[in-house]
Amino acid sequence: MERVASATPSPIAHSVRGLSDRAIAWVFVAPTIFLLLAINIFPLIWTIQLSFTNYKANRIGREVKNVGLRNYERILTDTDIWLNMQATAHFLFWTIALQVLIGFALAWLINKKFKGNDLWTTIIVLPMMLSPAVVGNFWKFLYQPQIGLFNYIISFFTGVEPSSFQMLGQVNLAPWSIVIVDTWMWTPFVMLICLAGLRSIPDYIYEAAEIDRASKWRQFWTITVPMVMPFLMLAVLFRGIENFKMFDLVVQLTGGGPGSTTELTSINLKREAFEKWRTGYASAYAIILFVTVFGLASIYVKALNKVKER
Amino acid sequence: MTGFIRGVFRFRRGPWEMLATILIALGVFMLMQPFMMWAYTYSFITTLVGTVMFIIVSHFPE
Repeated sequence: MERVASATPSPIAHSVRGLSDRAIAWVFVAPTIFLLLAINIFPLIWTIQLSFTNYKANRIGREVKNVGLRNYERILTDTDIWLNMQATAHFLFWTIALQVLIGFALAWLINKKFKGNDLWTTIIVLPMMLSPAVVGNFWKFLYQPQIGLFNYIISFFTGVEPSSFQMLGQVNLAPWSIVIVDTWMWTPFVMLICLAGLRSIPDYIYEAAEIDRASKWRQFWTITVPMVMPFLMLAVLFRGIENFKMFDLVVQLTGGGPGSTTELTSINLKREAFEKWRTGYASAYAIILFVTVFGLASIYVKALNKVKER
Repeated sequence: MTGFIRGVFRFRRGPWEMLATILIALGVFMLMQPFMMWAYTYSFITTLVGTVMFIIVSHFPE
């Protein structure tokens, strides 16, 4: 120990010896705090400040005026943005509902021990590992009305002409096309969370229920569902937050069209900020979305702590 | 229910967090519902109040 201490160059050893433990801890933590302030906190505060102005990032020399709460007022009374919120709500509701139902069903099946269990789990989890850009392009080909496989499969089951409908080009079908792709990609994630929940239920609870002659149906509703519920809540919140911010997949698939039927809030925000260059207005829009996601994230953390307590 | 009300008056974390969570969920619903424009208009302030409240009440004693 003495040899190590004596190996330290004397000026450094002297200066370190002069610092208290608390000061040394601060020296180590300071770079992280500085980076956090520079990368997260400063842009956030700047965005809040810009949201009260009429700043345009493409007109540098223009006088920036303080407009108070006018940007927020305009966003929250704009019927087009309200429609974008509804498109986002449609996307959120159906993706979460389908992913929870299919994810739970798959987890239930995978939890039954059978031959090739691990192989099937790997195959099911594959879509989740792909890049959203790749998935978007891949499904764009599948949805092609002339050569796409999707239309042929629908045609096989329903008898309608494969070229008689366009999943990405029709106003009534385009919102469903993005729901299908997101469900295909992210159901495995929900399945994994449900599987963790199902595997955390001890066997002796089911054995006790068997002794009490509870039916399988009763066991499912009184043991399985309540014990998996915190995990399901976690999956719902996580997917909810992620899908509220959905951008890449939808841009690749529909680009927000036809019209603005699949223009989710994040796509609309990008248009306001980088196509119309209304930076102040877009900053207010971003703050509204940020507060919403932050609120949902607070509930998410609370749910996570509940799961940890179990 | 009486435990909940007692917790609210004694500034306990559980019931206050529950109230904040309800406000946030209500705000998010108001933001995305297709029925009433006024609900959309007041959604942001509801979510903001809920979120700030959540941050404050998470420091209350258990």
